[in-house]
Order: sequence, then C-alpha cells, then structure tokens
Amino acid sequence: MSKLVKNIRKRSTFKSSTDNLSSIRDFVRSTAQDVGFSKDVSGNIILAVDEAVTNVIKHAYNYSEEGKILVSISFIKNKFSVSISDKGTHFNSKLIKDPDLKEYYKQRRVGGLGMFLMKKLMDDVKYSQPQNRNKVTLIKYLR
Amino acid sequence: MADFNVEKREVGAVSILDVKGFLDAHTAPNLENAFNGLIEDKEYKVVVNFNELQYISSAGLGVFMAYVETMRENNGDIKFANLKEEVYNIFDLLGFPLLYEFFKSEEKAIEKYNQVK
Repeated sequence: MSKLVKNIRKRSTFKSSTDNLSSIRDFVRSTAQDVGFSKDVSGNIILAVDEAVTNVIKHAYNYSEEGKILVSISFIKNKFSVSISDKGTHFNSKLIKDPDLKEYYKQRRVGGLGMFLMKKLMDDVKYSQPQNRNKVTLIKYLR
Repeated sequence: MADFNVEKREVGAVSILDVKGFLDAHTAPNLENAFNGLIEDKEYKVVVNFNELQYISSAGLGVFMAYVETMRENNGDIKFANLKEEVYNIFDLLGFPLLYEFFKSEEKAIEKYNQVK
C-alpha cells in the first residue's frame, strides 16, 4: 500500500452519453489505483460510479446526450470520495426501496438495481441537492 | 469506448452466446439484440459463456432478467457458465444464484439441458 500519495483532488466534466461510461470508469480507476486500492476494490469503486452515472443518464437526463455530468474525486487521509453531480430532473433517493429479486422476476421489471449495488459496494453513499443540482457521493476508505 | 461483442454458436439443441469485453448501459442493447434474435428463431435453450467477459454492470444483469422468463415459458432457460470470480460476485450480491443456474464449464451447462426431458 502506498504511503507516498498525497491528498488528491481531481474533476472532469462529461456529456451525458452512455458512450462516456468507459472513459469515466478509466478516470476513476486510475486514480483509485494511484492512491493504493487493490484491483478488486478499485473494481468495486468503478462499478458503483458506473451505476451512479448510468442512473443520471437514464433518470436525470432521460437519455438526452446534451446534459453534463461532473465527476469529482478527492482523497484526503484515507478517505476516497467520488461525487457525481448533474443539473437534470430532481431525484429523491428516499423513494427508492431496496430491490427484491424474486419480485423483479415476477414483474419482469428491469433496472433499479444500481442504487442497491452502490450501497453494497461502497462504505457510504450520500445524496444531496446543492444549488439545484443532484449530487451523489460515493465513499470508500483505504484500509 | 469499451468493447463488447456477442456471438452465437449452436451445440445440438442448445444455443451458446459467447460474450466478450465490457457489458454496461452502452453495450447492453447489443446483448438484447442477440436475445431478440434467439426468440425470433425459437431458440430458447441458452447458455451464456462468460469466459471472456471482463466487466458487467446492472444494465447487463437487467438483460438476463428481461429475457429469462420467455425462455422458461418455452421449455428453455438462460444458464451461465465460466464466470470470472469478480463477475460472479456481482451476480451473487444481487441474489441471482437463487433464480439462475451457474456452471463451471459450458459442457456442464449443456449436460444439464440434455438431462432434462
């Protein structure tokens, strides 16, 4: 584990196209590995970020590619945070329940699994609405 | 842009989908097309070979959920084979092993179809 990495702050803006998912994953993966996360934990972080960004594209921007998604990464002490924010449709995370796979199966419903995965894969997930934006912050501690 | 590719093979009455690369919200429609093609051709016994799949997000998992019941209603199924541990772990987190069958090899999955009359 690297003790040399100093605090990091990085940000980048992407258009709300699923075409950008792989660039966003690469952006987060390289930073997570630079600060010392293992391949497996980095894999979990990028999946959580992918789910958050996919939700923004689907729900906040309703698949319009004209929206903007700001991805900010910070690493302070041992806390790695990735914030994903957008200016799309307001989103209330409290209305979304954890999925029940058997119910999904019966109803042939697809989707809604992303928030559940984010919770499972990260140490903490926070939703906020600063200045009319939707913002989700995914947190993982380097142990 | 991440690459994803799906190709179909037939082994007896079983259709094998070889999935390769990165399966996310961008590439999931390619997999949907493959399943639509199977349904058009009335091929309901499916094994998905994950040997070369590097990555899956819930958009990819959702495709299997969307098509499995159609396959089962027609005396078929979607069975999974050759998953890398990190890919299997995502299926496991979401409870897929309760509803789907996973096999260490493609042959074992095909064998299971051939046992059931």
